[in-house]
Amino acid sequence: MFAPNSEAELAQAIGAAYAAAEPVWVHGQGSKAQSMRSVQAARSLSTRNLSGIELYSPKELIFSAQSGTKVSEIEAMLAANDQHMIAETPDFSALLGSTAPQTLGGVVAAGLSGPRRISLGATRDHVMGVRAVNGLGETIRSGGRVLKNVTGLDICKLLTGSHGTLAVMSEITMKVLPAPERRATVAIAGLDPVRAVAALAAALGSPYAVSAAAYLPAQAAARVPAVAWLQGSVTLARIEDFTPSVAYRADRLRSDLAAFGVAEILDDAASRALWAAVRDAQPLAAAPDDAIWRVSVRPSAGPRVVAALEAAFGAAGFLDWGGGLVWVAGPATDAAHAAVMAAALREGGTWQLLRGPDALRNAVAVIPPEPDAMARISARVKLAFDPKSILNPGRMRAGL
Amino acid sequence: MAHGRGKRLSRWGWEVIVQHEPKPGVLARRDAIIAGLRRLLPEDNVIGDALRLKPYETDGLSAYRQIPLAVALPETTEQVAAVMAYCHREGVRVVPRGAGTSLSGGALPLEDAVVLGLMKMSRILEIDYADRLAVVQAGVTNIGITNAVSANEFFYAPDPSSQLACMIGGNVMMNSGGAHCLRYGVTANNLLGLKLVTVEGEILEIGGAYCDAAGYDWLGLITGSEGQLAIVTEVTVRILRSPEGQRAMLAAFDSIPVAGACVDAIISSGIIPVALEFMDKPCIHACEDFAHAGYPLDAEAMLIIEVEGSVVEQDDLLSRIREICAQFNPISMKVSQSAEESLAIWKGRKGAFGAVGRISPDYLCMDGTIPTSRLPEVLGRITEMSHECGLGVANVFHAGDGNLHPLIMFDANDPESFRKAEKFGGDILKLCVDVGGCLTGEHGVGVEKRDLMTYQFNPIELNQQRRVKSAFDPQWLLNPSKVFPLEDTTPPAMAAE
Ligand SMILES: Cc1cc2nc3c(=O)[nH]c(=O)nc-3n(C[C@H](O)[C@H](O)[C@H](O)COP(=O)(O)OP(=O)(O)OC[C@H]3O[C@@H](n4cnc5c(N)ncnc54)[C@H](O)[C@@H]3O)c2cc1C
Repeated sequence: MFAPNSEAELAQAIGAAYAAAEPVWVHGQGSKAQSMRSVQAARSLSTRNLSGIELYSPKELIFSAQSGTKVSEIEAMLAANDQHMIAETPDFSALLGSTAPQTLGGVVAAGLSGPRRISLGATRDHVMGVRAVNGLGETIRSGGRVLKNVTGLDICKLLTGSHGTLAVMSEITMKVLPAPERRATVAIAGLDPVRAVAALAAALGSPYAVSAAAYLPAQAAARVPAVAWLQGSVTLARIEDFTPSVAYRADRLRSDLAAFGVAEILDDAASRALWAAVRDAQPLAAAPDDAIWRVSVRPSAGPRVVAALEAAFGAAGFLDWGGGLVWVAGPATDAAHAAVMAAALREGGTWQLLRGPDALRNAVAVIPPEPDAMARISARVKLAFDPKSILNPGRMRAGL
Repeated sequence: MAHGRGKRLSRWGWEVIVQHEPKPGVLARRDAIIAGLRRLLPEDNVIGDALRLKPYETDGLSAYRQIPLAVALPETTEQVAAVMAYCHREGVRVVPRGAGTSLSGGALPLEDAVVLGLMKMSRILEIDYADRLAVVQAGVTNIGITNAVSANEFFYAPDPSSQLACMIGGNVMMNSGGAHCLRYGVTANNLLGLKLVTVEGEILEIGGAYCDAAGYDWLGLITGSEGQLAIVTEVTVRILRSPEGQRAMLAAFDSIPVAGACVDAIISSGIIPVALEFMDKPCIHACEDFAHAGYPLDAEAMLIIEVEGSVVEQDDLLSRIREICAQFNPISMKVSQSAEESLAIWKGRKGAFGAVGRISPDYLCMDGTIPTSRLPEVLGRITEMSHECGLGVANVFHAGDGNLHPLIMFDANDPESFRKAEKFGGDILKLCVDVGGCLTGEHGVGVEKRDLMTYQFNPIELNQQRRVKSAFDPQWLLNPSKVFPLEDTTPPAMAAE
């Protein structure tokens, strides 16, 4: 494994792989190696030594860091200035059985977003600029260090979530926001998924700027101490802002949702613990042999997916993003995967097999295949960045 | 322009811009191509006669004009697909067009191109309040979406000043912003899905009613691609519940750097107002003459700051903001006392371009972005440049995100004045790049900034973008002569092909 110490070394290494036409397994610390499809490659390259914060300007709401910088280091720097990463970056290390720290490049390349995605957007919405090395070994920049920029094609968004298959990011610039002064969570116990999602829709459709909305069935709730005491399923809506606003809005939201049941208001500390658990899918960590899927559908369809998969293989799981993100755990079998795909397709949604044994991940479509016309464009875009297909070949889809 | 090939356009009798050389074969087959389009669309929806083509010769950047070969106005995605397949077969260039309000010449026709106008696709297809989304055709106006949902107290967030006219398809292609994007983001942050027609005439759906589209972020790539990659026919947008209320305040300062420092202080305090707009003295005067909003005429700089929430929340935020402003010796501060007053404050801002148009026969609107920390220095330099070239400039912009809109005043009847204005504008944009910013924050590159792209991007980077364009549009039939410098717009080959 080669870990370049500079962008120039990175470009040189990719250039050499290009010249030799040898595939490269591109990764950060490898915390997500057990996710997506595995890469068969002669060469292995880690960005872990490309580490360090290049720029942080709190009043401009922006930071730039080398791609191998640990997310924890960035979060600590932001927290010291009462700011935070907007998309609430999840950490699936526990789920994926990894103790490696996440890198910034890793979470951006994997396009990971947490509960706040439903209100303030995904990681891709906050990547303002990248520097990267394409499959020819050429260094390219896109975007920049300003908050508004439409100059040229948005390569930043294309690289975000591309799992290292188009270019290796060396530096990333992201927008940040002030961290809220206070958080509170309105929690209603005992609803079924259909009523719960209706309550979440009412909360997200209220004028109270709900920043996250999730539903934990009884089994999942029991594994999260901050809500286990409510004994049963919990329907959760978070508000975060200045203290007087949070008090006012949580109270109003509680009365607006009275038709769904009596609501408790969880305080700042409980809210922090609770949403960290939702963010990292902690309720699913208990069964290490299960496969885990994330199914993305229109929020109102979430309960139907849950019901279908419960019937198909007794799926466990929970709902985030107002019902639009269905976390599913179940047996790591082709049959279960087929049921997940069918449930997602029936609702016009998408899936990702987040965790499963190599054999399963390499045999099935871990993310949906594309229709022919799109697949042709995908293949051409891949070649536009990586003409010899040396960067993480097959990581997202077989043959791509 | 530096190079010799290509078609020169002129408006006032002197050369202003160069486009791709028309394809002689296409020009020669004009009648056959119009007849071909008439077989695909209702009779009235294909325009071929000179008089009816005239309205399509330009867009919001009216310095550049070119009558197109023909105009096609499809009413359905299938008709768009048929027109695209036909043009692809015939090797005919296509310039997509929404309302034609682009300020960068993004919808400027070519002599041998068919303008594909989306304005007849103006239906709202679905509104879902529970899932907070609307599915609309590309020709629905920006304000049309908000109007359709406002009775239920919802809105579509991005609000460009042109929102009465501009269309969602154009917004997607320009990734348009608005006065409230500090809080709500730009177009890209408010989209869920698109229905597209490829250059070959195939219909594709990307994204949808859900948040996480696994795979490459086509939605992100297409947004802001200025009609270079595909035609948008339908858009799924996020709609949001309106806040309980909002209120604006004005704060006036006797120096631009002080106003800039005040912006920094507000953001540093942890407050992100829904809007934070900046106007300099020439702009304040122009807008006040037109809107009578009570703008302070003695100020060198003025901020419009808007907050939202319940009345109590507004009071809380405004008092925090007033306290911050007070530390910067404001000449005056005025908190709006009613919805009418807030409206008047915004009337001045949203009408700023028009207001400058009233005091100067013509103006060019620039759109660079800079790091906000460089604001005082950049505005100072722009004032110096204005003195140097003898053209007036008014500044109005989104202060929270550093997106500048210098309005350069010139006289279109005087070729010298126009040339100076173009150079002044170019110099401002280069300055934006020099201080770490970019050429365009929301108006797009279009034809206007095409030749400046080499100032922001090196050849390797431009070639990377051009190869992505080629992946969607191998023959460069879609909206050519825009975005990429003309010198090298031969489709780059893919190394492995
Ligand atoms: C007075 C005024 C104020 C403005 N204020 C703002 C502002 O505050 N913020 C801002 O961001 N912009 C602003 N603009 C610029 C302009 O309104 C935006 O760029 C707008 O999004 C353009 O929309 P349109 O429908 O007019 O598109 P057009 O001008 O018709 O087209 C814009 C570009 O998109 C392409 N295109 C259009 N529709 C499609 C489609 N369906 N498929 C593929 N390509 C397509 C065109 O080829 C062109 O390249 C302003 C313009 C004016 C005149």
